[in-house]
Amino acid sequence: MQRVEHGGHRRGLQGGHSDTEPPTAVSFAPRPAAAPLPRMIAAQAGMELRVMLRNGEQLLLTMVIPVLLLIGFSLTSLVDVGSGSRVEFLTPGVLALAVLSTAFTGQAIGTGFERRYGVLKRLGATPLPRFGLVAAKTLAVLTVEVLQITLLCAVAVALGWSPRLSALGIATAVVLVLLATAAFAALGLLLAGTLRAEATLAAANLVYVVLLGLGGVVFPVTRFPTAVEPLLHALPITALTDGLRWALAGSQVGAGSPLPAVMVLAVWTVVATVLASRLFKWE
Amino acid sequence: MGTAAVEVENVVKRYGRAPATAAVDGLSFRAAHGAVTALLGPNGAGKTTTVEMCEGFRCADNGRLRVLGLDPVADAGALKPRVGVMPQSQSAGVPTGARAGEWLRLMAAFHHDPIPPQLLLERLGLRSVATTAFRRLSGGQQQRLSLAAAVIGRPELVFLDEPTAGLDPQARRAAWDLVAELRDAGVGVVLTTHHMDEAERLADHVVIIDRGRVVAAGTIDELTAPHQELRFRATPGLDTAGLMATLPDGCGVEEAPSGTYTVTAPAPATLVSTVSDWCADNGILPAELGVRRRTLEEVFLEMTGRELRDG
Repeated sequence: MQRVEHGGHRRGLQGGHSDTEPPTAVSFAPRPAAAPLPRMIAAQAGMELRVMLRNGEQLLLTMVIPVLLLIGFSLTSLVDVGSGSRVEFLTPGVLALAVLSTAFTGQAIGTGFERRYGVLKRLGATPLPRFGLVAAKTLAVLTVEVLQITLLCAVAVALGWSPRLSALGIATAVVLVLLATAAFAALGLLLAGTLRAEATLAAANLVYVVLLGLGGVVFPVTRFPTAVEPLLHALPITALTDGLRWALAGSQVGAGSPLPAVMVLAVWTVVATVLASRLFKWE
Repeated sequence: MGTAAVEVENVVKRYGRAPATAAVDGLSFRAAHGAVTALLGPNGAGKTTTVEMCEGFRCADNGRLRVLGLDPVADAGALKPRVGVMPQSQSAGVPTGARAGEWLRLMAAFHHDPIPPQLLLERLGLRSVATTAFRRLSGGQQQRLSLAAAVIGRPELVFLDEPTAGLDPQARRAAWDLVAELRDAGVGVVLTTHHMDEAERLADHVVIIDRGRVVAAGTIDELTAPHQELRFRATPGLDTAGLMATLPDGCGVEEAPSGTYTVTAPAPATLVSTVSDWCADNGILPAELGVRRRTLEEVFLEMTGRELRDG
């Protein structure tokens, strides 16, 4: 009893003087245990998100270029988008490009260099399971996409965009973006997990530019020869663009269907995920 | 405490296609709980490969590995919270855009009861660079951050792969103090190094590795004690053969340079009295008679050879 009282008294005295303890006194006595999985995933997602938002080159691809394309091609007649409002045509395409830039290009380059610098290996030595890392990356990508979509929609509305929204249209758009994110991210990881970091950087940027040109983002697919048109529609970026055009404008007109777009994206998702999970090298 | 913290038995790891070269070639050692074990060897001896197999990064081709009684690959999920890892400096594994403090907080978030990151930053002299991006840290700061990350989860066992490479003398001492404190707190430490002074200073147990095999293992005393030598100076041209005859088998006597005599003995117990008796009997006054233990470096060079390694 006496000892307890004495101890309590001492603790009480020291309570007001906790600063006097040397700040560098650290107890290393082993007390290992992993944190709960949701906390690990949230912490990793936060890190991924901050690194993405701090990276200037990545912001150029994900925010600056889509916004400039939207403004530039809406206000000028550099590109013939056919009849109808320019911003009406451009907005779904630029939204698709934004998803591509974050889920594919950004993930491919980011993960490629993480692999090179041993980040994936180092994380592999922590209690965070691989599944948790993939979940964290997905959360970070979706968060950036929400920021991009908010920004681009605001710019588009300022440029006179007036989407004809419906519950079905919005639900379809969400499904399309989620599916496309999965497909693009799997393709990005396939690239990052098999090529050297520099090769991934070059290839991911090249694919971004090529898909920007071919995918109906700013140039209507109908401008290409009819022979290649079916091929272009089989690209994931075209499917996303087509689907979003329907979801954000056509769903009330009753013209067309988003189903082909959903099917194309689903096939890309399955194929890319299988390949990425088979071929991805962590080191 | 029946089992060791790390048990490695006849482990083999080969790289490349046929003819595959064995980076680790039938290697065995044990590292005790709460003790510092140094894997000492020249570059390319197989130290990092061995440590990475213990960390579960690589599968052994052959042999048996147990870390805290578990299989590093099959039981990786159970082991990871209990084992801290510091990779070699060129692969620290920090995203280049992450800030020092931010990254350490992330590592802390993976553990239930981590050491507060702020305390560790302070302890390792990194407080002033807590908001600096990893790529802007000096090599020594990156090393210290990596060391902090290895211990932040209050592990039972840490693997430190060349923990002091690239550190200045002050930082090196700080790292040594940290290792000693870990051991005193009951943490097992397995570190690789090719610095003799580091092994001599820190290690309870030294495992000398060369070409993928253990060439010697033991405490510093055990490794250096059998190789004592006695030196004295006297008039040149003494009858060394006569001295040799009074010594036990296995001893050697050498006069080099002239007037300086070196007696080496595998079992040193009576070396001093035997030599001084012989000198007294022969009317010789031995000057500067002294027994010297060979340093770890001499033992190491004898074990691993003196020639410069190619590659």
